[in-house]
Amino acid sequence: MEQVFLAVENIDKSFAGVHALNDVSLKIKKGEIHCLAGENGSGKSTLIKVIAGVEKPDSGQIIIDNKKYHHLHPIDAIHEGIQVIYQDFSLFPNLTVAENLALNSQLEMRKKLVSWKQVKETAEKALQLINVDLDLNRLVENLPVADKQLVAISRALMQDAKLVIMDEPTTALTQKEVERLFKIIKSMQEKGISTLFVSHKLREVLDISERLTILRNGQKVIEGNVEEFDETKITYYMTGRNVSSNKFISEKKSGDEKPILSVTNLSSDGFFDDINFDLYKGEVLGITGLLGSGRTELALALFGYSPADKGEIHINGQKIHIKSIQDAMRNGIAYVPEDRLNEGLFMKQSISRNIYVGILDSIKKALGLINVSEADSIAASLIKDLNINADDPLRPVQTLSGGNQQRVVLARWLSTKAKLIILNGPTVGVDIGSKTDILEKLKELAKEGLGIMIISDDIPELVQTCSRILVMHKGKIIRTLEGDEIEEKAISNILNNLD
Amino acid sequence: MKKLLQQHEFVVTIVFFLVVILIGAINPAFFSIGNIFSLLKSMIIRGILALGVLIVIISGNVDISFTAISAFAMYTTSKIMLALFPEGGLLLAFAIGGLIGLLLGSINASFVAGMKLPALIVSLGTSSAIRGFMLAFIGVKIINNLPASLIAYSRSYIAKFTDASGKIVTLPSAIIMLIAVTIIVWFILRYTMLGRGVYALGGDPVSTERAGFNIKAIQYFIYCFMGFLSGIAGVLHSVFMRNANPFDIVGTELIVIASVVLGGASITGGKGTVYGTLLGVAFTVLIENSLIIIGVPSYWQKVVIGLIIVVSTAASALREKFAKLEIS
Repeated sequence: MEQVFLAVENIDKSFAGVHALNDVSLKIKKGEIHCLAGENGSGKSTLIKVIAGVEKPDSGQIIIDNKKYHHLHPIDAIHEGIQVIYQDFSLFPNLTVAENLALNSQLEMRKKLVSWKQVKETAEKALQLINVDLDLNRLVENLPVADKQLVAISRALMQDAKLVIMDEPTTALTQKEVERLFKIIKSMQEKGISTLFVSHKLREVLDISERLTILRNGQKVIEGNVEEFDETKITYYMTGRNVSSNKFISEKKSGDEKPILSVTNLSSDGFFDDINFDLYKGEVLGITGLLGSGRTELALALFGYSPADKGEIHINGQKIHIKSIQDAMRNGIAYVPEDRLNEGLFMKQSISRNIYVGILDSIKKALGLINVSEADSIAASLIKDLNINADDPLRPVQTLSGGNQQRVVLARWLSTKAKLIILNGPTVGVDIGSKTDILEKLKELAKEGLGIMIISDDIPELVQTCSRILVMHKGKIIRTLEGDEIEEKAISNILNNLD
Repeated sequence: MKKLLQQHEFVVTIVFFLVVILIGAINPAFFSIGNIFSLLKSMIIRGILALGVLIVIISGNVDISFTAISAFAMYTTSKIMLALFPEGGLLLAFAIGGLIGLLLGSINASFVAGMKLPALIVSLGTSSAIRGFMLAFIGVKIINNLPASLIAYSRSYIAKFTDASGKIVTLPSAIIMLIAVTIIVWFILRYTMLGRGVYALGGDPVSTERAGFNIKAIQYFIYCFMGFLSGIAGVLHSVFMRNANPFDIVGTELIVIASVVLGGASITGGKGTVYGTLLGVAFTVLIENSLIIIGVPSYWQKVVIGLIIVVSTAASALREKFAKLEIS
């Protein structure tokens, strides 16, 4: 009989009438790697907060190491060895790695004065726990995301963690960094430390976890050993419906048709070099590669954000010059950034304003005033068209879920009558049900004749959506995959065997 | 070397000494003991205020009420001393001034910590209210007959020289107060959890709370300490002027904040050093005093100081941008 470290039993929690958790139970054994999966709004975050003692459940109990708690306080949770690594890591960007690692321990020891020698020793010890080497004197704000995460993990372990909860830990990591993270999680397991891994990336869930609990609408739908699941099964339990994942095959292009977009010898010093490709009507073109492969820079060059130095761009057979974002938009090129919160949306503005902001020029009345009724009706029809879940288009965009926000960005560009839409990480942070809807919508748009280009890390997503995939490495296109070549294994093989 | 150049303080130090050499080359009188003592004396009050402002800025806020607090403490202390303890000693005067400042600072603290309001807005309000209260209820007349102990302190010095022209020049004892405040602030910021909490707060308030810092306590400390230093600086001001003019001090807050920013403190919080701040104070004092020595009209002071601030913040913003590019 393996020992149970944490048992959460029959937890109920409501916020202002919304039943966030409904009779949820969860068991985590010592040294177990457990995965908590579920879509946005399924209650994952609330459950984590209950375990961390941040939220008090309305009923139910929490048993940690055979000790019963009805009201768990954050400090109790910490003393019991429960550490949460939030998505933002809770680090201090302006302090050094050493201080970030030592600060929490120092606080816990109720120190009044700081001994810098002790800080250094604590920090060294912390990094040894996960066997990594970082420059202790560097400021955390100057570290890459993956290293920040390592700092957060070793800081958590420093406080005698027995259970580390990681909230979406792989969102910002590259394939290689994910592997390193998994190695660390496995080595923690050898020391008897349990991990609760919260994710909606199915591949990773299956790779790393031993047991799996799936939540939907605040209820536990199933729990079991990971061997009993496969991707379709998990998807089914998460969404409550069968989500199709058909491959997308573009219709044969006739020989004399001009491509929507044609790029020849496009180069940008230091980022990408001699890029050639065509994008035909009805196609969804995927571009993948490791971080730093030049894929994002290529997209930004096409969108005029950081124009290319050399090469030619043709749209529908016509040569165009893109020196600025305005040039790109005039020529019907649209760009949906990965970080839609910061780069794509005006979070506090209404849904409908966010949609018609792209066409302000074309809905002007005399004196340059906006024809609001026309604007609203355009927005309303797009909201309907794209299935955006908004009962009130005047509500701020920030009240929408990730998937709906992404659709608002898409709606904006559709309203501009763009000819080509470039999407960078179209479904990052979008839950799986919404994700399929968005990808299906993209295929539909492609069939209607819109040029679609997707830049992504998410191999299943590419396989499901793209009719052609370009693999970039060190600024060059190294492979082009088409038809039957498009297969998950083949792509990850290419990516894993890059020098 | 590259690392050193990325340190704001290092660059400002080099520019500072270049300016010193330049001014000295134009007018060798700059290097006279008398002039250097006069520069040091000008640094005392501004330095004490700037060190308080440094702590506020590191925590991610800006306080502009410290000059109003300073003037209030100066004038009220003089009144209290004359009315109740005309023979009272120096220490008593500073104690009263410091206490008044601390109490007024706690008003700011209760708004910022208790109601989570931004300090800039709060201090805009309290600044006006404190000053108005003083002028309406305490008085508007300049006090010229300060207690004897204050007058005596204004004459005391720790160094005395006779310069080339036979004039006697002295370095006031009050410089010791600047040194003491410097050491205290440096120690708090570097070696106490309180001080590290101030940095943490400026870096990421949410993380600070999650880590277990008592944010309210930290903020109470910040604004009370700022008030305390303002009170001390106010009393010192009356010592130097040998009178207490309720219309003094207010209006100098921007140059104090500018000195701190020039010294490398980040206006968005989380960054700043004691050394940089003193350097910034020395720099602004240098510009004010020395442009006259080299024959530049005094109106140009403001232009030059403004330009230096814009250039130095632009330079540090650019450096950060390049540093970010290197890691991405």
